[in-house]
Amino acid sequence: MAALSATLPDDADVAVRVRGLVTGFGDHVLHDHLDLDVARGEILGLVGGSGSGKSVLMRTIIGLNPARAGSVSIFGQDALAADPEAQRALRRQWGVLFQEGALFSGLTVAENIEVPMREFLALPDAVMDGLAAARLRQVGLPAESCTKFPSELSGGMKKRAGLARALALDPPLLFLDEPTAGLDPISAAAFDNLIKLLKDTLGLTLFLITHDLDTLIAICDRVAVLGDGKVLACGTVDQLRAFDHPWVQEYFGGPRGRAATGDST
Amino acid sequence: MGSSISWQETGDGGARVVLSGRLTIDDVATLADALATVAPRAPGLSVDLSAATAIDTAGAWAINSLINRWNDAGHTAEVQGAAPDIVRLIRALTVPPPPVKRRADRGNPVFARLEQIGRAVVHQADNAGGFLAFLGQTLVVLALTLIGRRRLRWHAVAHQGEAIGVNALGIIGLLLFLVGLVVAQQGAVQLRQFGAEVFTVNLIGRATTRELGILLTAIMVAGRSGSAFAAQIGSMKLNQEIDALRTIGLDPIEVLVVPRVIACSLMLLGLAFYGGMCALIAGGLFAWSELAMPPAAYITRLQEVILVSDFAIGMIKAPVFGFIIAIMGCFHGFQVTGNAESVGSRTTQAVVEAIFVVIVFDAFFAFFFSAMGYN
Repeated sequence: MAALSATLPDDADVAVRVRGLVTGFGDHVLHDHLDLDVARGEILGLVGGSGSGKSVLMRTIIGLNPARAGSVSIFGQDALAADPEAQRALRRQWGVLFQEGALFSGLTVAENIEVPMREFLALPDAVMDGLAAARLRQVGLPAESCTKFPSELSGGMKKRAGLARALALDPPLLFLDEPTAGLDPISAAAFDNLIKLLKDTLGLTLFLITHDLDTLIAICDRVAVLGDGKVLACGTVDQLRAFDHPWVQEYFGGPRGRAATGDST
Repeated sequence: MGSSISWQETGDGGARVVLSGRLTIDDVATLADALATVAPRAPGLSVDLSAATAIDTAGAWAINSLINRWNDAGHTAEVQGAAPDIVRLIRALTVPPPPVKRRADRGNPVFARLEQIGRAVVHQADNAGGFLAFLGQTLVVLALTLIGRRRLRWHAVAHQGEAIGVNALGIIGLLLFLVGLVVAQQGAVQLRQFGAEVFTVNLIGRATTRELGILLTAIMVAGRSGSAFAAQIGSMKLNQEIDALRTIGLDPIEVLVVPRVIACSLMLLGLAFYGGMCALIAGGLFAWSELAMPPAAYITRLQEVILVSDFAIGMIKAPVFGFIIAIMGCFHGFQVTGNAESVGSRTTQAVVEAIFVVIVFDAFFAFFFSAMGYN
């Protein structure tokens, strides 16, 4: 049980540390004193049933949802209590990919990618264009797509463009909300490889919400299971398969879970 | 912090670039500038990264651009002293020849302008055709509803009626009260010069019941509800909710447009009456306090000066204006495509065109009823 704890030792090198987090809407309490640690340089996958509060947890960590109690610290800085100036500096530390990409619909793909650079850095246009092209190539979008508007892109391309924007400032921490949902298996596998490459080359820390068992198995160092307002367990996929909880058993032991792990029994 | 670059010629005439420090996005502008000065030369280049403390994608891009420049000039270029992953990152960034553009080219400015004008004309013609088609569809569904072949959604009508009418009572009441006060006050000032202050009642009575009350109410409703229709339907369209209605077998005109049109027509009738009353009350209060005309005398005088035809003309115009506002709002909502900007521009168009058409119809009614002998 201790091995599957969601918290790491106090002296561990953590990117994100969540302690005693309480969130809710009206009378409904969604997270009840939730604890979670994301170690620096790891890929943490977050799974949980629909409505278990995965997206809300992510939104609370990045400051889009208010927390009722508890603390969130990112790279050792208190993310919830920071003053606006500190928040702004802190926001540079992470990139976020929303489920539908959340691209600015009035800007082209290249302009979308350049928004964070324009906001935080004073770069010459030529450098920004070059970097935007490099980002597009990195996420596997064709160079022609840079002048397209988001409404002209397919769902998968929007996700890639969203990832390119999230990566624009080379943040050390990336939050991805269902990055491979709705992608064909080939694109999804390419996305997994891309994330892995970014992590290996740039030492990124990734917090990703996913239901894609292949992604969990292929790239996640640890997987946290959200349920009953807490993190039920957190560990490698193999550890979780041995974890005695009906939902976790069903999740990893069901036909899809077995197929993804190559276990035909 | 920061990066530093040094370069020297190697014995064979090539160059060797030593990069140290942080090669990250914060310093990429200076890095790119510095690297641009390293002109390609035979036989080749070696980039030494062993002293670099951090490299991110931006730094890798700058190095990659340098290498590409040398390769394009036909010389070799290699990276030394970097971890294999970093080399992989640099290689992965090689950008294919056509450089990135942020927007598609506009071409020759003269032709682009002509093309823009042509497009605008075609677009307006399309828009007019589309509007007529939409109007026709709505009228057909409305007619089918009236003869009972289509269901009238009372629930939706009541809901829209509340949003358009009941919720607007406060603002429209206040607005028309103030307008009534201003008309009475300004009228009294002018008429006093002829010693004809008492005719202020004629002014306020006829102006508000026949013209001003109706027009101002219509403009207010266009701003409040016409815009809401366009934005609601536009967002639904972006969200594919309109498509969902169609696939379930519901006609969006029947579900969305007809209830709004009916509610808006009925509510504008009610609001115009209510607004006119508020203006008359304001005029009465003014007459009482400033012209020393007691309320009873004011009411008697109103009965003498306001013709039934004035009142009837106002009440005929109101539902027509309501129909125009609703149909414009819904039409522009259905024209939304693509992005959030389109919702905004269509909402603006809905309000502007609704007010414009309302005023055009008002002028038409004014001449029409005068010609008919209702002065």
